[in-house]
Order: sequence, then C-alpha cells, then structure tokens
Amino acid sequence: MNVVIVGCGRVGARVATILDQGGHRVSIVDTDSSAFRRLPQDFGGNAVIGIGIDEDVLKSAGIEDADAFFSVTNGDNTNIMAAQLAQKVFEVKHVCARIYDPVREETYRRMGIVTVCPTTTIASLMLSTLTDS
Amino acid sequence: MYLIVVGGGKVGYYLTKTLVHEGYEVLLIEKSTRKCDIYTERFGAVVMNGDGAEASTLAAAGAARADVVIAVTGDDEDNLVICQMAKHRFHVARTIARVNNPKNEELFRRLGIDVTVNPTNVILSLIEQQIPDRHFVHLLALKHAELEVVEVSVDNDSPVRGRTLEDIRMPPETSMIAVIRGSEVIVPTGQTTIEAGDEVIAITRAQSELALRQLLIR
Repeated sequence: MNVVIVGCGRVGARVATILDQGGHRVSIVDTDSSAFRRLPQDFGGNAVIGIGIDEDVLKSAGIEDADAFFSVTNGDNTNIMAAQLAQKVFEVKHVCARIYDPVREETYRRMGIVTVCPTTTIASLMLSTLTDS
Repeated sequence: MYLIVVGGGKVGYYLTKTLVHEGYEVLLIEKSTRKCDIYTERFGAVVMNGDGAEASTLAAAGAARADVVIAVTGDDEDNLVICQMAKHRFHVARTIARVNNPKNEELFRRLGIDVTVNPTNVILSLIEQQIPDRHFVHLLALKHAELEVVEVSVDNDSPVRGRTLEDIRMPPETSMIAVIRGSEVIVPTGQTTIEAGDEVIAITRAQSELALRQLLIR
C-alpha cells in the first residue's frame, strides 16, 4: 500500500514507522526538516520538506498513486484542508484527518471525512479509568 | 445587510473601515487582543476578539443571521475552514475567501466557497495588461468552467505566422474568437491567415493554456 502522511510529529512519525515496518511505501511531509529526527534510523520511506496543503508538494510525495492519506499536523485547519485536497482532488481511497476541536471534527465528519478527535477520545479514556478502578 | 469579516490584517482592517464608512453593519473578528484594542478605539464596537474558525466565536458573532462571511486572513487553510464552518453550521448564504496561493482558487470553489479573491492573480493580470511587450495576456477568467480568455501577440517568429486557421491544430477545448489586425477586428474562419503583428483573442480551458502558448509563441 502507498501511504502519504502530512505532519511528522509524534503521531505522524509513529504511523509512518509502523507502516514502513509493515512493508508499505510511506511518504511523510513536514515543513520543518528537523521533525524527521523522530523517524528511526532505518526508516525506508520518503521524507518530503514542504507545506502539506500545496498540491505540488503532495504530488512530489506521490499522492497521485496513494492508497491512504493521513493529516496529523498540529493545525486543525491545515489537516482539514489537506484531507479535502487528498479526497476531492487526488481521489485517495482512504483519507483520515486529526481534528482537535470537537465541533469542527463533528462538522467535517458529517461532510464525509474520516476524522479522529484526540480531545473527545482522550477525555473519555481518562474518564473510563475512573470506573475501571 | 450584516457582514462578518474574519482576519484583522491590512486587508481586513481596510475592508472593515470601508464597509463601516459605507453604512453596512459589520463585525470584524480578530485573534490578537492587542489589534482588537487598537481597532475598537478607531472603529468603535464592531471588533470581536476570537478565532473565526471556532463555532463558538461564530455563534457569539451572530453568524446565523449574517448575510455574508468574508475570510481574509493570511492563511488559506484558515480562510477555507472559516467559510465552510459558516456555511455548514450557520447556513450563511454567501461566503467569500481570500486565496493566497493562486492554485487554491479552483479547489475552494469545488469545496463550496461562493467567491474567491486572489490578490496574486489580480496584481499579475494588472502587470500583464500594463507591460506592453508581454506576448500572452489573461483578459478574463470565467469562473465556473475553468475557462479563460487570453490575448496573444503573434510576431515574426511565431510558428503559426502565415498559416490559415484550418491548417493550425488547436489544443483541446480552445478556439480563436477574434483576430485584431491594426484597427480591424476579424472574426476568423478556417480561411483566415494569421499574420505577424496580429493580436489573437482565444478562449481556452486552463489545462490547455500552456499548449496554446507554445503553439502561438516561439
């Protein structure tokens, strides 16, 4: 599977590493080259410096042949725009965006984008530890 | 008419100032408290502090009764989300976005933004029209079909000079609509011959622009 990831923070680097180790072809995009330090030494994928909402940058990351796309920068709006580019322009089959703001997350989920909202997910995990103990 | 402007940079500032002056009901949403304080002193109570992409800010601004939301921040991703939130959560009838990267104009329209304003293209087309020896000038962009009207100067080195239209293989979805020769305007037929010094007006799809350029200009 060909995968493009936008944002090489902790989550992006981890997703990239796992998919790379699983034998997939991974390209990861970040504006800051020092972010790629989070990738392991033996990372076999492609690291691209650039803005994840720029069509040309996404093309050089191989989005035209991508089967899956994840946007996990620290900006909700960047993730939302990148995901819509991947879905509407490049017609990537699986697109998923991280959106911190629960209201924005609900809005775009209703508009047909697969989303993960760390705020609601982590809050409910935290609360569930109460009932577990 | 109630208008909400999001983004208090130079564009947002002068836009709000002009709209207030023209008697519109305007609210400017700006993230920085410092800017808000300065603007409130100048405009009065038409400035609100907050993030225009947050539903709670838009709700407090009364987006539900707004006729137009205009997003003019310096970041395309913010302008897109502000307009989409206004449309999808508050059913604002018209959304206008400033687009900084010219390539995003087409995307924004596909994603439901009603009007896009792209300062880069506006300035570029002004420059093209003002600088006389440009060979290829954009006259008009037709919004919905990605069509554009262009003017091309044919010179001695042009590959089409001395050829008739039926002899010229035009790029896909492109046609010549007029040939300006001196003071004469010719509506071309297949038998029209292109001469050096002609100004050719053509309509073309954006994807064919490069091919048209290469066809007419050496």
